[in-house]
Parts: sequence; structure tokens; C-alpha cells
Amino acid sequence: MNLDYRARRKLWSWVMSGLTAACAIAILIPLGDIIYQAVLLGGPVLSVSVLTSNLPQPCSPVNGIVCPVGGIGPALEGTGILVALAAAVSVPIGLAAAIFAVEYRGRFLGTAISFTADVLTGIPSVIAGVIIYAYFVIYDPLVVFSVITGTLALSVIMIPIITRTCEEALRTVPHSVREAALALGIPKWRTTLQIVLVSALPAILTGILLSVMRGAGEAAPLLFTAFGSRLGFQGFNNPIDALPLLIYNFAESPYQNWIHLAWAAALILILLILVASVLSRLAIQRMVRRMRGE
Amino acid sequence: MDPSTLSSPLPRPRKGHVWGDRIFGVLVAGAGLFVIFLVFAIASILITQSRLAFDSYGLAFLIGTRWDVSHEVYGAVPFIAGTLLTSAIALAIGFPLAIGSAIFLTTEAPRWLRGPLGSVIELLAAIPSVVYGFWGLYFLGPYMRTTVEPILAKSLGWTGAFSGAATGTDVLTAGIILAIMVIPTIAAISRETLAAVPVAQREAAISLGATNWEVTRTAMVPYARSGIFGATILGLGRALGETMAVTMTIGNHDAIPTSLFSQGQTIASLIANELTNSSGPLQYSAIIYAALILLAISLLVNVAARLLLWRVLRVTGGTTE
Repeated sequence: MNLDYRARRKLWSWVMSGLTAACAIAILIPLGDIIYQAVLLGGPVLSVSVLTSNLPQPCSPVNGIVCPVGGIGPALEGTGILVALAAAVSVPIGLAAAIFAVEYRGRFLGTAISFTADVLTGIPSVIAGVIIYAYFVIYDPLVVFSVITGTLALSVIMIPIITRTCEEALRTVPHSVREAALALGIPKWRTTLQIVLVSALPAILTGILLSVMRGAGEAAPLLFTAFGSRLGFQGFNNPIDALPLLIYNFAESPYQNWIHLAWAAALILILLILVASVLSRLAIQRMVRRMRGE
Repeated sequence: MDPSTLSSPLPRPRKGHVWGDRIFGVLVAGAGLFVIFLVFAIASILITQSRLAFDSYGLAFLIGTRWDVSHEVYGAVPFIAGTLLTSAIALAIGFPLAIGSAIFLTTEAPRWLRGPLGSVIELLAAIPSVVYGFWGLYFLGPYMRTTVEPILAKSLGWTGAFSGAATGTDVLTAGIILAIMVIPTIAAISRETLAAVPVAQREAAISLGATNWEVTRTAMVPYARSGIFGATILGLGRALGETMAVTMTIGNHDAIPTSLFSQGQTIASLIANELTNSSGPLQYSAIIYAALILLAISLLVNVAARLLLWRVLRVTGGTTE
């Protein structure tokens, strides 16, 4: 080797740079392929009627039989209902817990709540389904598989997420804002609701959006609660379908039209996430600009 | 300002203010306590309902190697083994890739690329696990069966880790899907801790004549070590409890995996497959017992990760999300 010491170090540095770049490219490959396949297989099926129609009879094209396309109307409706109800339950609780943890901080309890919420976000989502199922199977077995239990299971997942994200949002509001309001004689609860909360609103909405997206994509907690159904909404005491449940149930079926619908459902979930992430980015950017006084 | 120049004393707060504050305080404190209560509620439901299995097996459940529904013999080892094995594969593959990307994002990538690439990694974390599972079932699994697994069997078959038929729905495929899923978690938080390394730390290394890589290796990674460690444990937590993607790719077989090509079952996939169609109260209770074990493991892992990350990121004002 007639490379001198410095050249060798330089070369090594280049090699390692290349390796880290290779890592970054490697982790993009699965993402690219997932989106590519979802667009390729789900895209052609996707249409307005697919979004509203009922599930088709199972069918695979043999001997020139043309299969009905059908649609994922019930699942889309179910996801909408479950996520809206779960948000209605978990936003007030999660936000209030965040307010307590941030605005009443300095106390041991505030820190304990932040920490607990942090740990709760890491608990497997399947556990949320298990505890709701286990509770209702004993105390109210008639509604084990229902909109109610599905909503509760999703809420268990969404509450800690909302608490954590809202906490971070509230922390971005400068102390001077609170002090100014309190100095004007505005009581603490009005300071919090009308001044602090409003200043942090874009970040709070982003947090809620994130938790809603998470809830919309969860299948594991709904397996034993919402359960899935071929029909749409049949009342709060009855099972209901959801997009992730439809993907799981149809993915392992042998019927081609069902599998195509599952890809369409996957594509819809991916698109929703893309839209949500763009929206949240815009909201945060606007808030940062406003805080800088532009 | 001299206090005497104030024209009038401050107005006394109206009575309503005091009550408003009190009611508000009680409401938000109640919500806060509810979050803490949730953890205890989860634990107590699982403990009470696993009672039957606990009474019949006690702690021997943890070392029972058979899960035989027809003979009503239940032991958790197949699922604990499946869970640990798939998570180990996930970390072995995911950790280097995630750290490499995190380093690329903080130090190597051109500035214009950092923002977009960071968002793409976040997007990777947001894709629902059932979509990963679906993709694993239709694309990764068949690819493993036809291409990757025959190569592994040929070149590394002598180790015994890659024996058996290459099916593509096995512990290895589940582990790789998990690797893909834990990468964004580990990469995003490692990137944050790396970005939190003080500039002076880097500048000192640069001024000593260190190359780019030497700056990273000697000045940044050691400084961010505990944060990277915390991120990895958090990734481990995600792998341990992941349900849908594993259920769709692991083959769902209630036995201890004998090689990486074996079909297996994790605690989470056991719950997904058998909870609602258990054959009797003992099996149901045993599944809840397994869920309790999963809860205990993930609580332990998450508490450890959060303690580490709080110490690292709170100081610098970063977030742990």
C-alpha cells in the first residue's frame, strides 16, 4: 500500500459516507415498493363507486366469468364512524391531561402523567383490544363485538398519543404569554383555554390529526372489538367493519376481487396518511412563521 | 416604576374567577389521573382474567414448552421464543441500517435533502402495520421463498439456522418485516440525539484535523450513545408487540421454531389468532396470561427507553416523539 496515512483516512471517510448513504437508500426501497404495488394493484380498482358500494360476492375470474368489482363502502363508513367517535372520547381527555401536565407542572404528578403517557404510547396496540374484549366479555357480553367496544379500544390507543403531542404543543408557547395574561388579571383557566391553547392550536390540531391517522390504520385492537361486518353501520351495539380489518380479512382470502379491494383499501390508507402529513407540515410551518412575527 | 405612581390599586379578582379555576383544575387533574389509571386498569384486567391459567400452571407457564389445545396443555415458551427471535432479527438487520441513515441525515446528506428525507422516514413510520403485512404476504414472502432463502440455505445451511423447506412464511420473513417497521423509529430518534450534539463538540474534532467520518465516530456517536441506545430499545418495544404484520407473515404455528425457516408464533400473533376462538376457559385464560407477559415485557422495555431518552432529550429541549 503506497497510500500515505492521510490519504487512507480520507478514503476511509469517503467509504463510510457512501455506506451511510447506502443505508438511507436501502430503507427507502420497501417504502417505494409498498407504494408502487398499492398504486399498481389498488389504483385501477379505485373509483367513486368503489368507495360507496357494498362488498361484492367472492369471485375469481375463471372461464371468462367477469367478477363484480363491488366496493368498500361499509369499511370506509366504519372507519369514519369509529375514528370520529374515538376522537370525540379521547381528544377531551388527552388534551385535558396534557394541560394538567404542562400548565400545572413542577408538581410530581405532572411529570408522572407525561411519563405514563409516553410509556402507554409504546404498549402494543393489540393489548388495547384484549383488555376491552376481556372486560366486556364478562360484564356486558352482548356488546363485545360492537361500535362501542371498537371506539373504546381505539381510544385507549389515541389518548396517550394526544396527551403527548398536545403536551409538546403547549410547551412551545412562551412563558411570557402566560405571565402577561395572568398579570392582566385573567384567571388561569381562561388564560389556558383562550390564550395558551389558541396559540398552540396548529400544533394541537396536528397532534390530533396524527392520532386520528394512527387510529384509522389500526387493525389489531379492532379484531376482538369492532370485529368486522359485511354490512355498514347497524347500530352502536353491532359489529362494524373498518379499512384495516377489511385488508386483513381479504388479504388472506383466495378471491381475486376481494384481494383487489384490499389493495384499494391499502392505497386509500396510504393516501390519507400522505395528505395528513402534508397538512400537519403546513400547519407547523404557519405556526413557526407566526411565532416569529412574520 | 415606583409603585406609588399607580393611579389605582389592582382590581380584586371576582369571586367567579376562583371557582372557575377550581373547577378547571379539578377537571384537568381528573383527566391526568385517568391516564395513570389506564395503566393500572390494563394490568388489573389482565391479571384477574389470567387467574385460571395462573392457578393451574403458576410460573411454570413461562417454561412450558408445549401449547397443545387438544390435550389442554398450555406453555408460553413457543411464543416467548418466537417473539424474542423475530425481534432479534429485526434489530440485527434494522439497527445498522437505521443508525447509518441517521448519521447520513445529520452529517453527510446535503442540506436540501435532509428535510424531505426526514419526512419520508416519518412516513415510513406512519404506514399501518396491516399494510406492511399485506405487502409481506404478497411480495416479500414469495421473494424470500424463491430467491433469498434458497441462497441462504445453500451458503449458510451448514450452520443449522437455515434448515428446512423455504416457504417464505416463516420466522425470518416476519423478522425482516419487523426490521422494516422498527427502522423509522430508531432512525428518527437517533437522528434527533445526533442533531443535539453540541456544535463545539464537532468543531473541536474538526480543528484537530479529523476527517468527516472521524468526527462522527469520535465526537458525535459517543456523545449521542445513550440516546441511540434509548431509540433502539424503543424500536425493540415496537418489534415485540407488533401484531398484524407478524400474524400475516410468520405462518402461525404453535411450536418452538427450530430454524429461521420454521413457522412460528409470537405472543401478539397468538392473541390475534386464538383469543376470540379459544376452545375453553383454560385456553382463554392462558392467552390472557400470555398477554400479561407481553404487557410486562413491553412496560419494562418502554420504561427503560423513556428514562434514557428523557435524560438525553429533555436537557436539550428536544422531543421524544
